[in-house]
Amino acid sequence: MSHETAVEGTNYLNNGYSLRSWFLTTDHKRIAILYLFTIVLFFFVGGSFAVLMRLELMSPQGTLVQAETYNKLFTMHGIVMIFFFLIPSIPAVLGNFLIPMMVGARDLAFPRLNLLSWYVFVAGASVTLFALVTGGLDTGWTFYTPFSTSYSNTRVVPAMVGIFITGFSSILTGLNFIVTVHKMRAPGLTWFRLPLFVWSLYATSLVMVLATPVLAITVAMVAFERATGIGIFNPAIGGDPLLFQHLFWFYSHPAVYIMILPAMGVVSEVIATFSRKEVFGYRFVAAASLAIAVYGFLVWGHHMFVSGQSVYAGLVFSILSYLVAIPSAVKVFNWTATLYKGQIWFQTPLLYAFGFIGLFTIGGLTGLFLAAMAVDVHLTDTYFIVAHFHYIMVGGAVMGFMAGIHYWWPKITGRLYPEGWAKFSALVLFVGFNLTFFPQFLLGYLGMPRRYYHYPPEFQVLNVLSTAGASILGVGYLIPLIYLLWSLKRGKVAGANPWGATTLEWQTASPPITQNFPTTPVVTSGSYEFPALEEVHSE
Amino acid sequence: MSDHAHPTPVAHQFDDREQQTEVGRLGMWLFLATEILFFGGLFTAYLVMRWKWPEAFAVANSKMDVTLGAINTAVLLTSSLTMALGVRAAQLGRGKGSFALIIATMVFGLAFLGIKAVEYARKFQEGLFPGPGFVFEGATGRQVETFFSLYFMMTGLHALHMVVGIGILTVIAAMIRRGRFSPDYYAPVEISGLYWHFVDIIWIFLFPLLYLIHPHL
Amino acid sequence: MQGLPSEHIVPLKVYFTVASALFVLLALTVGVSLIDLGPFNIVVALVIAVAKMLLVVLFFMHVRWSSRLVWLFASGGILWLAILFALTMSDFLTR
Repeated sequence: MSHETAVEGTNYLNNGYSLRSWFLTTDHKRIAILYLFTIVLFFFVGGSFAVLMRLELMSPQGTLVQAETYNKLFTMHGIVMIFFFLIPSIPAVLGNFLIPMMVGARDLAFPRLNLLSWYVFVAGASVTLFALVTGGLDTGWTFYTPFSTSYSNTRVVPAMVGIFITGFSSILTGLNFIVTVHKMRAPGLTWFRLPLFVWSLYATSLVMVLATPVLAITVAMVAFERATGIGIFNPAIGGDPLLFQHLFWFYSHPAVYIMILPAMGVVSEVIATFSRKEVFGYRFVAAASLAIAVYGFLVWGHHMFVSGQSVYAGLVFSILSYLVAIPSAVKVFNWTATLYKGQIWFQTPLLYAFGFIGLFTIGGLTGLFLAAMAVDVHLTDTYFIVAHFHYIMVGGAVMGFMAGIHYWWPKITGRLYPEGWAKFSALVLFVGFNLTFFPQFLLGYLGMPRRYYHYPPEFQVLNVLSTAGASILGVGYLIPLIYLLWSLKRGKVAGANPWGATTLEWQTASPPITQNFPTTPVVTSGSYEFPALEEVHSE
Repeated sequence: MSDHAHPTPVAHQFDDREQQTEVGRLGMWLFLATEILFFGGLFTAYLVMRWKWPEAFAVANSKMDVTLGAINTAVLLTSSLTMALGVRAAQLGRGKGSFALIIATMVFGLAFLGIKAVEYARKFQEGLFPGPGFVFEGATGRQVETFFSLYFMMTGLHALHMVVGIGILTVIAAMIRRGRFSPDYYAPVEISGLYWHFVDIIWIFLFPLLYLIHPHL
Repeated sequence: MQGLPSEHIVPLKVYFTVASALFVLLALTVGVSLIDLGPFNIVVALVIAVAKMLLVVLFFMHVRWSSRLVWLFASGGILWLAILFALTMSDFLTR
């Protein structure tokens, strides 16, 4: 209620304050806010499991928790972070908020379905949480059979039911986005004028729609097999555990791209805006998103090199896995080329984007080690893998999420975050992240296996370093939580377009009106045509 | 889906009726693509298991009632015909005809489920439901059980889709009754029809895969 | 845009012809299953099933008269299922 309310008249936030106006809303912007609250909650839930694990690993002979508890901790950390934070993070929050605005529409194609997606998500999450608090789960987030179907004594069935339900939230969101991008674009907004964020979310949605149902039916089969003692995964009665792995990774490898592609979309937007240049090789960056989404379906067997999969299949999967490096590299090179001779404006979103490029490159290149079959035999199930995918998921996806939240915060709330604090915490996050996970590369290379609650004493120094880094990382996540909440009331009023950005969402008020635009915009040029010189820099 | 049931206004996010119709249609097609992969997991399991245990599958097949399966296929194909004709009647604005044809589709759907229930009951009696009560003499007993696991999962999921389909058609029939549709606006009828035909197609594959495995394979 | 392809009214004759073809194919697939063709029984059964699917998709589901996007979505799901089959079997067939 501060005085300098630049917000004239109504916008989507002050258009109704009742609970009903939030929980029965069909406004994509309000639904995005509902998702934001939900996933931030899960981020800190999942984070607290990580804290306990890192504390446990400070000393070689487990002192804090029992082996069984530790097994549950890493399982629950994985499940919560992957299914309830990373997968919905950018798509369901920023995608929901921005896709209709970026294509110049009043809402998504199916607004009520969008609200239903959120409820389905909450329902699935509740069932899963129920499983976690009433006994937990110790299968790892991969639920490998026959352990999960026949031997684990934990709450497999309710967890499977929860994941099954959550999957439909993802499917419905992806479906909504795809139809919206196809049919709801403003006049003049051709495919090759779309912002790259929309391209990457479109590619993400394809993966959601085509991969998630396979996971859903697979966890249903696991639950069925466990509940009735029959089935097709248990080798004791002629089933095949590798069949489970094939089906599981048909979803779960592409799921990695559900997490990383949206972050790439954010980085493209941020780099264009803060270097004030059209994205270099726009069409290649757009096509690379689709290529990554499609290739993502052809490489799942690289998770199974040591599983007993045939060597010939392994070879095919290995070669195909190398190909994913091509579109990924196209993106990285094109971002750097965009920065070249740009008018760089070092604001927090750009710092996070830089963090993304560096950390994603490390994560991607170490992925190539793992795609090589012979090297993978040495590194499988060690901390090298753990470090590799945290560089992609935290260094990549979460950095992208932070970049996006800061970049669009003024649009979402109408207020600027405090730049000094934001830069400081971006730095803290970068340092904390590397200190946490770089030692894990070394640990893995030296042979420390993942998913153990104790370890030989010679690994202690690196583990203590990693735990120290995790504490810094934790602080790095708390600072933004505090200053972003603070900025809701105290932050400087942002104005419609504080960054001088060119995409459509900045051409309307901040926060936007419920209908997004007073009149449907007509597009006459590409997304990144910056005027020659601007006075935006005068802060 | 967007059954914006009012014949008059176009939902606020759309510019015109045509956009709304095409959006609904594409949404359903995309949903069906998802459904293909949803069933696809089971079909993959079937493929792998049949490849691993061809003899057991052939033996298990001798326990299947081809006659009932074929009758059910015919019932379902007929229901697809009445569904297609029901959509056509809706396109032409023939409310009564469309109503009768949708009801006929539902009746055929219920007939299918009835026959399916008879088959299930017999399988239970013969001890062919997988689990502790499963009885099958012979060396391949455990793999025969695997076949029946797949049989019950695949046909069960299919039957579930039939139940959902009949539920959807109930709503559609009620909407026709209240005169919600016109030659300008019949998208919900058409889109529900797409779903119904899809469920039919799943059965078109389930029938040969589950009932017609040749004993000499 | 009047006269969208999707608003096409299909003549009754087409529907009845397609339905008859479906019944003929049903009889055929049951009939063929009674003859021993060795490994080709399953091939014939699947070819007939695909033919029936195409009839339903093209005529009953109006894809024949639909936009290119509908064609794309309809074939996309099947293509992805083929990927799932092919790469899974690439393992099992080469063990």
